[in-house]
Amino acid sequence: MGILEVQNVNKRFGGLQALNNVNLDVEKGSVHAIIGPNGAGKSTFLNCLIGKLKPDTGSVNFEGNSVLGKAPHEINQLGISRVFQTPEIFAELNVLENVMIPCFAHRDGAFKVNAFARVLKEKGIREQAEDVLEDMGMKDKRNLQASSLSRGDKRRLEMAMCLVQKPKLMLLDEPTAGMSRADTNNTIELLKHIGETRGITKVIIEHDMHVVFSLATTISVLAQGAIIAEGLPEDIKGHPKVREAYLGEVEV
Amino acid sequence: MTLMRDRTLLIIFTLFVLAAPLIFAPTGAAYPDLLQRFAIYGIFAIGFNILFGLTGYLSFGHAAFLGVGSYAAVWMFKLLSMNILPALLLSVLIAGLFSLVVGYISLRRSGIYFSILTLALAQMSYVLAYSVLTPLTNGETGLQLRLDDPRILDAAGPEGFLPSTNLFGLEMREVFWSPTVFGYDLQFNWGYYVSAVMLILSFWISIRIFRSPFGLMLRAIKTNQTRLKYTGVSTRPYTLAAFVISGMFAGLAGGLLASMDPLAGAERMQWTVGGEVVLMVVLGGMGTLIGPVLGAVFIKYFENIFSKINDSVLQGWFAFMPGWLDNFFVTIVSPFVGKGWGLTLGALFMIVVIFLPGGLVDGAKRIGRKITGADRRAAKVESK
Repeated sequence: MGILEVQNVNKRFGGLQALNNVNLDVEKGSVHAIIGPNGAGKSTFLNCLIGKLKPDTGSVNFEGNSVLGKAPHEINQLGISRVFQTPEIFAELNVLENVMIPCFAHRDGAFKVNAFARVLKEKGIREQAEDVLEDMGMKDKRNLQASSLSRGDKRRLEMAMCLVQKPKLMLLDEPTAGMSRADTNNTIELLKHIGETRGITKVIIEHDMHVVFSLATTISVLAQGAIIAEGLPEDIKGHPKVREAYLGEVEV
Repeated sequence: MTLMRDRTLLIIFTLFVLAAPLIFAPTGAAYPDLLQRFAIYGIFAIGFNILFGLTGYLSFGHAAFLGVGSYAAVWMFKLLSMNILPALLLSVLIAGLFSLVVGYISLRRSGIYFSILTLALAQMSYVLAYSVLTPLTNGETGLQLRLDDPRILDAAGPEGFLPSTNLFGLEMREVFWSPTVFGYDLQFNWGYYVSAVMLILSFWISIRIFRSPFGLMLRAIKTNQTRLKYTGVSTRPYTLAAFVISGMFAGLAGGLLASMDPLAGAERMQWTVGGEVVLMVVLGGMGTLIGPVLGAVFIKYFENIFSKINDSVLQGWFAFMPGWLDNFFVTIVSPFVGKGWGLTLGALFMIVVIFLPGGLVDGAKRIGRKITGADRRAAKVESK
């Protein structure tokens, strides 16, 4: 049984069948990529996983518990972290504070009025945050305001914010979208590094094939709202249906 | 380092507040009535800053909590005792409960919709206080003390006199010391010192909230609420808690206003009062610790000075000019003073917002940087 199980998910927007009977089984410890051309329903699918959208039918279970109808913060508290297409960080706060906030959320839960505690005296939280920053190679930038970081560093910071919560599952929505080749390669290295050191299960939505084939252990191909192929990267590479979906022609 | 700096700030603040009757003597503002208003509106602004400065939620309705606090206090004076302690406790409690209701409703939306909701709810309370709730508020006349009020805890005073507000016997309006220092006649009264202690306490609470994990969450709400939700934090309870805390500060301020002068009218709930506290916080520096107090003092001081100037004072100023020029200047300046002092406030506000978006605190920091040398500081940052 996988850590994340998606069964018969359907989602319709007016006349458009955005998701058509999608099934997905994510193995624990795997890096599961979901690829597909623009408009295939990748984002809709991801939004169903994180509570932003509710599927019309079907079920989404994480470790055997349904996540449907749960608010984003509840899903995070179950152990699912999300990395956004454009890094979502606390731009007006400094780097260390950015990482300490998820750390507090992980320890204290969704709401706690600790209005008379002192952030400065939370040594444990601070150490955890600094360790993760060190691991991401950003410890020397901990006092900078997050908005002043380069795009690559913002991405690193966002990853650090996810990792500090020790998630069981990470959802990455096109983590290299709009990046230069060099930044893309850096991100790939970063994700590989995370995989080696922490072994967190990952679901990656991506359409850069270079990224997908460097990282994924399993690939599912989404086209027009349905999964048309699933398997190991080698198998997917030569799959005729995939070539058709991507290239719009049959080349056998 | 921050810990030390905060402690220093609190100590300097305390000394300054306690010495205010002396410090303000040269400015002509050192009489108890005005000093009390500085302190009380300082409390109001400090509380408002916890909501607006930290979370960025702009409420136009906080006057309602100020007004409710005043009514609650006067009722305590009428029914229970002229001691201000139970009155203040009830003010804070009632304002807290009321802000819980208003906050619960208006925090369903954010941004401009939130602001409009708070404005609407506050205006509704204002109209209610004037009309339906007259038995509670005494309508247009305002809620006042009467000779035949029960005051069940107080011993009967002398016939025919209204008792005065006190704190275990210390009468608020009593001037306990009036020395002459450097030729200034100073007045030290209990009312100011009660307000001052409350102000210092409020300032301390505000520092603690700013430096707490709770305060960090509030600042996170301001910068990126989406990220915070996907970080596992339920944001609504945090904003509601901030709203209620600021409402309780407003209630305390309202209770103190009534303690200094035991009557409460609906005009205290009008939206202009709620707008004024926004001006105070923006003018002083939103999201800073000391800014709201500076803004409150600034506005109340200039309100006091400009609203006292009338045409005859102006005639005096320009008397050295020939008659026609004299009249010309008086005509130009008079709309900006007296009852029209709001025009001056508006102009000052525009100048600050355009040239000093960070408020008075920002201005002070810029001057400080000029004096200490910006280059040195920049070098320091690089070497970090």
